[in-house]
This record gives sequence, C-alpha cells and structure tokens, in this order.
Amino acid sequence: MKNTFRQVFHSPKFVVGFIIFGMILMTLWVYPLLNPGNPLQMLGLGSFFEPGTYVSIYDAVDTTPATMKLPNADEKRIARMLSDQDRVSMLEWLTAAGISEEEIDLNNTDKLLNQWEANYDPSIKPKGMTMAQRNYYKRLNNNLESALNTNEVVISTEDQETGALTQEKVITDTDYVNTKDVANVKFLPLGTDNFGRDMLKELVSATGTSILIGLIAGLIATFIGLSLGLLAGYLGGVVDDIIMFITNIFTVIPSFVLLILISYSISQSQRGATTVAIVIGVTSWVWTTRSVRSQVISLRNRDHVNLSKLSGHSLLHIILIDILPYIASYVVMALILQISTAILAEASLSMIGLGPETTRIPTLGLMMNWAMLYSAHLNGSWWAYFPVLLMIALISFSLNLMNTGLDQVFNPTLRD
Amino acid sequence: MKGYRKYFGKKIVWFLITFFFAVLLNFILPRLMPGDPVAGITSRAVRGLSDTSAVQQIYDNYAKLFGTNKPMPVQFVTYFKNALTGDFGLSFGQYPREVSDIIYSSIGWTLALQLPAIIVGWLLGNVLGALAAYIRKGFDKILMPISLFASSIPAFGLGVILLVVFATKLKIAPIAGGYGYDLIPNFSWGFIKSVIAHYQLPFWSIVLISIGGQAIGMRSMSIYELNADYVKYSRFLGIKDKKIVGYVFRNAMLPQVTGLALSLGTMVGGALVAEIIFSYPGLGSTILGAVTSSDYPLLSAATLIITMMVLVATFAIDIIYGFIDPRVKASQFD
Repeated sequence: MKNTFRQVFHSPKFVVGFIIFGMILMTLWVYPLLNPGNPLQMLGLGSFFEPGTYVSIYDAVDTTPATMKLPNADEKRIARMLSDQDRVSMLEWLTAAGISEEEIDLNNTDKLLNQWEANYDPSIKPKGMTMAQRNYYKRLNNNLESALNTNEVVISTEDQETGALTQEKVITDTDYVNTKDVANVKFLPLGTDNFGRDMLKELVSATGTSILIGLIAGLIATFIGLSLGLLAGYLGGVVDDIIMFITNIFTVIPSFVLLILISYSISQSQRGATTVAIVIGVTSWVWTTRSVRSQVISLRNRDHVNLSKLSGHSLLHIILIDILPYIASYVVMALILQISTAILAEASLSMIGLGPETTRIPTLGLMMNWAMLYSAHLNGSWWAYFPVLLMIALISFSLNLMNTGLDQVFNPTLRD
Repeated sequence: MKGYRKYFGKKIVWFLITFFFAVLLNFILPRLMPGDPVAGITSRAVRGLSDTSAVQQIYDNYAKLFGTNKPMPVQFVTYFKNALTGDFGLSFGQYPREVSDIIYSSIGWTLALQLPAIIVGWLLGNVLGALAAYIRKGFDKILMPISLFASSIPAFGLGVILLVVFATKLKIAPIAGGYGYDLIPNFSWGFIKSVIAHYQLPFWSIVLISIGGQAIGMRSMSIYELNADYVKYSRFLGIKDKKIVGYVFRNAMLPQVTGLALSLGTMVGGALVAEIIFSYPGLGSTILGAVTSSDYPLLSAATLIITMMVLVATFAIDIIYGFIDPRVKASQFD
C-alpha cells in the first residue's frame, strides 16, 4: 500500500494534477475566510461592472487632499477623455485640413493635440461636412480646451428649504487622495455579473458546489457501476445476461437525453443541486459496469479465488476480499473520471436551462448560463464567462491528469 | 456469407430491441417521476398565470395529450404507433405548428453539422494519436498535455471562445444562426455562401473538442500494440518498420471504431450544447427553445429523434466494423 502511494506520487502527471486540484480546494477553503459573506448578494445596481477598484466618490470628497504634481497628468486626463470615436473624427478633420495620414498617430495623444490646435479653425467649412458635424467638432474643441485650462471644481451643498447652494470645497487638478483615507473602497478582481454580484466570490462558491455535485454523482455512478459489474462478472449466467442487456441498452441511448428527460420531469422546486447530482449519477454508471465486469471475468478463475470458494467463504467475502483489491486502482480511476464528467454534465444541463433550480447557491453551469442569457460574450464582458470556463477546464484537466498518471503507474505498458 | 449473416442478424435484432427500449424510456421516464407529471409540466407552463380556469384548461389539455386517463399499456401502444408515423402532436410553444414540422426543419442542420464534424474530429484525433505514439519523444510530450487540456474544455466553452475571438473581436465570422438573418433559405449562391460562413465556427469547435479525447485513446492503443509480441517478432524477422506501423495502426484502429460507436451519445450531447452557443438552427437550439417555452411535446420528440440518430449511427458503425474486423471476416472461411 505504502509502496503504491510512493509510486503514484513519483508520477509527474499525477503530481501536477494533484497540485492543481489541491490548490483549487485550498482556495475554496481559504477565500471565504478572507472574504466572508453571501456570494449571491447583489452589490451593483446594474450589470457587468468591469473588474477593478471602486472608490466611493461621495466619500472621496470629504477627504483632505494631498497636492501632487505628476509629470503627465494633463496628457493622461485628456487621453482618458478622448474616445476612439473622437480620435477618428479628429483624424478626419486633420486629413481634410491637408495633413497626410502617415503623420498622424491616433495613439500619441500629445502629438495629436498639437496638430489639432495648429489646424483646427471653427470658421473653416470643409467640403461635404454638414452643420451637425461642424457643431460636433465645435463641442469637441470646447471640451478639449476646458480640459486643458484646468478649471477648479466646486463642491457645494444644497439648502433643503431655499435651494441655495453653499460652496463647501474646491477641488483642483493637483488634488489627490489616498484610497486608504476613503471610507468605502470595493475591490472587485473579476467585476460583477449581470445581477451585480461579486464575480470572484460567486465563482469560488460555485466551484465548491460544482465539485460537490461531481463528487456525489461520481460516487453514485461508481457505486452502481461497481456493484453491477462485480455481480455480472463474478456470478455470470443469467445475472450477467440481464445486467449486460440493460448495460448495452443504456450504452447506446445517450445519457444526455436521459438527463434532459429526467430533469425536465422533476418539478422545479425539487430540482436542487443534490437532486441534479443524483440524476447525473444514476445516468452515468454504464462505463464502469462494462470495464469492472470484464476485469472481474479475468479474475474469476484465479487460484486464490477458487481456493476461497473451496474454503466456503460467502459471496460477499469473496467479492470484497479476493476480487475488489485487484480492481481497486481501476475503480479509483473510474471515480475520478466520473467526477469530471459529472461536472461537465451539470454545466451542459444548466446551459439548456435544466440545471439546479436554485436561488441560494450558484454552480459553474448556472453562472455560464446566466452569462450567456445576458449576452456577456457579445458585449465584451469577458470576466463573466472566461473565469468560469477556465475553472471548469482546470478542474477537469487536473482530474484527467491525475487519471493519466495513475493509468501509467498501474498499466506499465503505457509508461514513457 | 454465413458469418456475415449471423453477425448482421445479431446487430439488427439488437438495434430493434434498443429502439423499442429507447421509445419506452422516452415514454415512461416522465411518468415514473414522483407525483403527477402532468401537474408538474402544467405548473411549468403556467408560470406567472393566475387565472385558475385557464390553468385547469391547460391541465386538461396536457392530460388529454398524454392520455393519462387511459391505462398505461394502452397509452404506450398509442404513443409508439404515433412515434412510428412521425406524429408528435402540436407544439405548445409555437402553436399551432406541428412538432414534426419543427423537428423536420431543424434535423437537417444538426445532421449536416455534427456528422462531418464528428467524423473529421475522429479521423484527425486518431492520426495525431498514432503519430504521438510512434514518434514519442518531444512530439508526444507537447501534444499529450495539449490534447488533455483541450479535451477538458467543454464543447460549449470552446464555442464561446471561438465566437468571441473570431466573431466579436476579429469580425471575420458571423455571430449567430445558420445563415444571414436577412436571407430566406433557397438555392442561390448568396445563401450558400452565407451558410458556409456560418458553418465554420460551430464545425471547428466540435472538431477541436473531439480531437483531444480521440488522440489520447489512440495513443494508448498504439503504444499498447507497439509493445505487443507480434511487433517484436516482426522486428526480429526483419520486416520493414513502415509495414509494422501499418499493422499496428490497423490493430489499434479497431477498438477506436468501437470506441466511436460507444462515445457517440456523449459527443452528440456536447455538440448539441455547442449549437446553442451559436444559435445554430439545429436540434440543440430546438431543445433549448422547448425547455424555455415549456413545450413538452417538442422536447420529447427532439430527444426521441436524437436517440434515434445515435442508434442508427451506432448501427451503421457496427455494420462497417463487421467488414473490417478480421475476426468476422475469418468466420467466412469456416
């Protein structure tokens, strides 16, 4: 036993898979400790906030400013203000004014502004330009000018009764605030989803649920598959015929179809995460049965099994003591594979809207489903689906890697 | 001919038995669920409806459709007869369209997408797997982890990534659908061009996903065969390496053919979800539509058709297998 473990942990593939999976599990345990709270709490009033640090503007007003003169503050400010659309419009004006396109660099804000100042003249009426377009350029120019002549911003409060404004504070362009001094700062490493929930927190919670679903489904499938395979292989005869008949039928009928039919028939309120896990487990035992059976058949007539039979040991004893240890390595591998298949099955099921019907716990499949329903992939909100996909891929990759490692340890012909 | 007849006869009997059980399961599963299935399906259909008389009417409609007032065996005979003639009743979601009409319009898309994609993916995967086993060093070391990682990504995941990269970022592929939304299906050049453009992303996402798994399987099979005694004996006899590789490939191929037949169901399931990502007008999107609009007759018919497709494909592979398996061939000469 000890030797087997040592062998297994000498397989680089297994170790890499084990470390990845272990790290995922560690995150599931540590992250909620660092950042407790309900993962489904809706923080944002609006969908798909970009990842980043959110600083309360209201609180920032009340802080004592630190004056700093940063070298390219102005340039950055204007670069931030100019949208890509504005830059293209500026390019159009400049080319109309006779500057060749090679001389203009849309990404170099400083140069672009200098060219703009040198060439823009509101009184010129370039050919083919409508009144509205000319007005747009006027507005753009005014915005640029006001950004360059940094005016102070005045913060004032409104008197409740008279509506009169009293000046409270003046903010200049050199005022800075340390984020530590702002009372409310929220760091959202993965932004928010369509419901305005903290994506990272939700992802961690969903990963936990999905792994749990995989584990329950995998254990059920392996248990059914192992029991049927042992019975069919060891007993043979009519029992074998009946079990193989059922197994062959369920091999050909796609388990995905069974999953859809069963999930749809279970009423919505009953379809929790556990129920979905059970349904997945009940529909995916076929492979285990087939392989366990064929291995048991090759073991059935070994000397030690016959000896045990002659000694009058019970059926249970023979199966548990004389056969099971020989196929244990295979069963572990099958279990690992079942877990990763079940996680994928849950995700696929959720994608067609038949996943766990829950408003309390998220799963990876549900998160993916929500992201797709709210077109995260079309409006550029990569943070709503990419981390979820990566997590699904990482979980099954680590499990598959462990499986391949085990396979190479127990099947010496496959070794490199 | 005797050996073939016996082999094919056995396969046909199996096909008919599985066919019967597939229909039976499709019929019985919703009825096996605890509680009144009609009530469950009704409650799904009337979500947000507060008019009790309307709810009762919908319930009666479902009860009539399922024929739940008649004994089970009678229900099954009617169901089976109707299924054979392709009569699945009327759709609830797209009333008054017939279910068979909806299925008919989407089945072609699914067949045209999945059949070539799965075959191409299987072939490419096998060639890569055999290469990996033969070349081993270096090639094997890079290809193996990549295929392992590729086969870990769910089909819909790769679909989303391809969609984002090629359709929304690079804008070289259309975003959704089976053809341009401004076109009406006909046999014009413009329409065919649009269909081909829409075909690329779903096709490649299914192909890329199936390559990984197949390559891994073929690699293990080939390595196993390369270490077999007959290979050592052939080397000892001085047979050319190229010829030996040919033998090994053929022997490793046989289990892969059976493997394809056995994993077809899973592959089709994954591909159906990939269809949903691209809003491809196939059966996957039909199922999604049926689920969201609580269209039970449509869902049931779609799952039955998918099962039938997988059954027929498995049967076809079994028949082909009979022709290439030397053991079945050998029985000809007994």
